Amino acid sequence: MKQHQWGMIALGLVVFVILITFPFWSGKGKTSPQPTLSFDTPAIAQLQEKRCVEDTSFMRDNHMKILGTWRDEAVREGKRFYTARNGRVFEKSLSGTCLKCHSNKQQFCDRCHNYVGVKPTCFSCHSIPEEVKK
Amino acid sequence: MTTSRREFLKIAGVSTLSLIAPAILCRPACSQEKVIIPGDSSLKTKSSGQALTAKRWAMAVTPSKCPTGCTACITACHGAHNVPDFGNRKDEVKWIWQEPFAAAFPNEKHAYLGESFQKLRLPVFCNHCTNPSCVRVCPTKATFQRPDGIVMMDYHRCVGCRLCMAACPYGARSMNYRDPQPFIAKRNPDFPTRTKGVVEKCNFCEERLVKGILPACVTACKEKALIFGDAENPQSELRLLLGKHFNLRRRAHLGTGPQIYYII
Repeated sequence: MKQHQWGMIALGLVVFVILITFPFWSGKGKTSPQPTLSFDTPAIAQLQEKRCVEDTSFMRDNHMKILGTWRDEAVREGKRFYTARNGRVFEKSLSGTCLKCHSNKQQFCDRCHNYVGVKPTCFSCHSIPEEVKK
Repeated sequence: MTTSRREFLKIAGVSTLSLIAPAILCRPACSQEKVIIPGDSSLKTKSSGQALTAKRWAMAVTPSKCPTGCTACITACHGAHNVPDFGNRKDEVKWIWQEPFAAAFPNEKHAYLGESFQKLRLPVFCNHCTNPSCVRVCPTKATFQRPDGIVMMDYHRCVGCRLCMAACPYGARSMNYRDPQPFIAKRNPDFPTRTKGVVEKCNFCEERLVKGILPACVTACKEKALIFGDAENPQSELRLLLGKHFNLRRRAHLGTGPQIYYII
């Protein structure tokens, strides 16, 4: 058997390092534009105070946790109403509460979900009122 | 320098302890930051004030009142709950359907049964048992019993193992072997659909009760063959009816405690 071919080993290592670091240097300096979310729906236009169930930053961070809690409480405990921090009361319903205002799912929910690469399965059962009407 | 066995064990023990200690000592502080969702803990859930409540929901069925060929209750229920129609018996999904007397009450069948009973077709559905076998076997607790007696499905948790279907002596549960959505005739936007791989069944119109409306089958029945009410309340219409007429429950000898009473 031959002695070690140091040249080939070094070449292999270089190729390996280049491939493994590819995502880091190829994406450097590039920025993908943040999704712009549309609030242009008839229901939101009619709102006096443009406020979601909770304030915007809380909703942005925790809407998935709120929906998870709503799901469990409504289905398993039969508690169907949610009292927000400022005392307003909402029905715990994705199609009935959230999508009544955000009826533009494709310009609102989907844009951000696509940007961060998440695929929530909510809508495989829960209907989007606007789509059912069509 | 060579380490003695004693030294090695000492060092190993101390380093293990130092790794475990923080997790034990400051469990709440070091664990992942918990987001407190407003309203989550405060239990200030306001009821709508008009929801129908009971200690134990039950139904009385008078099949002799059913006109021949009438399927009003089935149409109403399946329309309200987005129940798909696959068009074949093998994949059939049903919440409420009809059975001949001999199939619904196999123990009451005999050679000299009156013709009126032989021809009778009874509306059958989930019995919302007091001792439900489906709840006992469900490995994910997707099926559970509410305090008011309704045996509910949490479709979010169903993994489609079909143990409940094997356990239910009434065949009241159906599996979605295919994607049901293309087979829903007219989609009701107010009620979710199901997906492939999920078991479904009658929910005693739990979503209507919270709004103060009687179940869809009951309101659809013009003959008043279906009476819905609180079995624990002696003054309820249901209890008064059961007190007056002899009634049967399907396969009650199995001990499931079915809560659908058939006035024959």
